[in-house]
Amino acid sequence: MKRIALLGMPNTGKSTFFNRLTGAGARVGNWPGITVDLLSAKILVAGGMVEVVDLPGVYNLHGFSEDEQVVRRFLETQPVNLLVLVLNASQLDRQLALALQARQLGVPLLVLLNMADESRNLGIRIDVKGLERTLACPVRLMAAKFGTQFSEVKQTLQDALRDHPELTRVDPQAFQQDHRIEEALDRLVSESVHAPVQLPASLTDRLDRIMLHPWLGIPLFFAVLFLLFQAVYGLGTPLQDGMEWLLAHLKSAWLDPLLLHLPVWLRSFIGEGLYDGLGTVLTFMPVIALFFLAMAIVEDSGYLARIAFLADALMSRLGLDGRAFVMQLMGFGCNVPAIMGTRIMRSRGLRALTMLVIPFSLCSARLQVFLFITTAVFSPTLAPLALLALYALSILFALLTAFVWRGRYPSHEPLLLELPPYRLPTLRFLGFESWRATRQFIQGAGGYIVAGVVLVWFLTHYPFDVVPASPDTLAGRLADFLAPVFSPIGLDNLMAIALLFGFVAKEIVIGALAVIYSASPEQLSAILADRLDGVQAMSFLLFTLIYTPCLSTIAVIRQESKDWRLTLLAVAWPLALAWTVSFLFVQAARALGY
Amino acid sequence: MRIVIVLACSIVPKTLSEVLPGTAATIVALHVGQEYGRRMAGLGLRPGVSVRVIRISPLRGPLQVRAGHTDLILRRSDAARIEVRAVA
Ligand SMILES: Nc1nc2c(ncn2[C@@H]2O[C@H](COP(=O)(O)OP(=O)(O)OP(=O)(O)O)[C@@H](O)[C@H]2O)c(=O)[nH]1
Repeated sequence: MKRIALLGMPNTGKSTFFNRLTGAGARVGNWPGITVDLLSAKILVAGGMVEVVDLPGVYNLHGFSEDEQVVRRFLETQPVNLLVLVLNASQLDRQLALALQARQLGVPLLVLLNMADESRNLGIRIDVKGLERTLACPVRLMAAKFGTQFSEVKQTLQDALRDHPELTRVDPQAFQQDHRIEEALDRLVSESVHAPVQLPASLTDRLDRIMLHPWLGIPLFFAVLFLLFQAVYGLGTPLQDGMEWLLAHLKSAWLDPLLLHLPVWLRSFIGEGLYDGLGTVLTFMPVIALFFLAMAIVEDSGYLARIAFLADALMSRLGLDGRAFVMQLMGFGCNVPAIMGTRIMRSRGLRALTMLVIPFSLCSARLQVFLFITTAVFSPTLAPLALLALYALSILFALLTAFVWRGRYPSHEPLLLELPPYRLPTLRFLGFESWRATRQFIQGAGGYIVAGVVLVWFLTHYPFDVVPASPDTLAGRLADFLAPVFSPIGLDNLMAIALLFGFVAKEIVIGALAVIYSASPEQLSAILADRLDGVQAMSFLLFTLIYTPCLSTIAVIRQESKDWRLTLLAVAWPLALAWTVSFLFVQAARALGY
Repeated sequence: MRIVIVLACSIVPKTLSEVLPGTAATIVALHVGQEYGRRMAGLGLRPGVSVRVIRISPLRGPLQVRAGHTDLILRRSDAARIEVRAVA
């Protein structure tokens, strides 16, 4: 099969072009020796299948950043028929450097000058024929976002593939020699790019005077964040509830009657293990889809780089950056999409650290548990205070975690970013992004989530002849065994079983407690108030706040990092911290006579 | 006499971090190591290029600079390692 690789600097519209060329069918492919996800798709060109691969954006071919090494490794190991270089037509003064480097590779090249609309508006004139002569390859102007000149580009692509039917490898020497190309670049630019001396003051400049204003910038940033949060969760949470309702309805109307004649344990396995596992995966879909829609808007509009500008002064002191801050805040709605959202960070260390920190954000699922228990156990004046304390602690533990682990996951990435002009995102590509993220979640994390739910189902239901979730089940015996661990933090075996359920998802903790105490949710309040004193309740809340938010969070940490050690740490560190904090709290409270 | 010299120093920037917002300077050299220097060059920061500082983020945050047709942000500590001279 023929193969095309897309190369370009970051932010040149490579992905936009890739999406337009390949449609929504792209997948993440596996390539030998390459650990990051590369999108690829197969398309039909002149009756033959062609594989198109989207490489990460790079500033040059000789550097050693992670992305640059990925690109180099790919080109060294995978022969291609054609290398398509996407450049931003309004920034040719620096981007042509990459064309000069790519020319050395010795593979057939096609240069696409993207964003022709912007360069035209800036009054930049480009001598395309002159560029073709100097670079000795076809060059085309286009605007991938609007599809301008797209048919011509496709025709050129087709011709180039016809002229180069054989796969070629890059010249292995090419990456070693880092020629000084400054002079050649200056000559090429002055020959073929004609720009007005003074670029016209743009709409972006005027907008930035407000958006990046020394005093207004930060309040506006928080306003934008608030809007985002509302848009994602204000819309997403009801959808999530609707999905849950639908699933419960389908279960009682269709599944239960179907299973009627099966043995009890098998019925329970299908209905409460498999079905609920799949349900857990499905209920995350609306928030993930909306989240990625919102994030794609922030990124595509150019605001994300501005957030880095505004928040860096504070965040860099914590070893994090402005984008980490956005994800942390979005985590207060739900940790799962926030962790997936860290993919906008290019530095591995920073990304890993952020994935460790996000699970401390008190998500809406935990809030449900906290609301229920605080109102059940505490007095009406104390309950809101307890809740407030939990929020404050959530932030404190996030900061503590960043502080403790930043040495192990350092970020060498200096902050050096392009501040692109403000752009209006197009719906079509936003849809692509959101659909792709949702599909990746199902494929990458879905299996683990279902397996985890089934495992907890098994623990709390085996042996099948005893009451589920009772002390006689495996879970009960496990809790028995772990009693020396839980009694110092003031929790009995039944609460420990509830915590085991909470590992699957926090929103089922209350339901689990009801099952464990065999009470209706209404009776549960009274039982909890009766069984737990304030200290025990607070200890339970603290533990719930800090330990693993849910199985799905762990599954996406693994999916996104592809790193089992980090995943293990993301389980072990919060567990250790949760136990220590609860222990210190209980012992201190008891010592003070409570 | 000394006062005059001190004043002159504060007017003529030696590094990009000293360039005042709204003014421009020409890059003389990058003292940032090869790897980071490559990246800067990729974004248009290289010797001989004229850069304008557009604004500086509050609390000693990053600088927004314009080099050629590209706007970039970089930290003050990194800007301090870019040697500049006043535009002729
Ligand atoms: N005006 C204009 N904007 C475009 C065009 N093509 C892409 N864009 C915008 O440019 C921005 C960057 O596009 P992407 O496709 O994400 O660029 P990329 O090169 O893949 O960037 P990375 O994902 O950082 O590698 C987006 O906001 C696009 O909407 C174009 O032809 N004209």
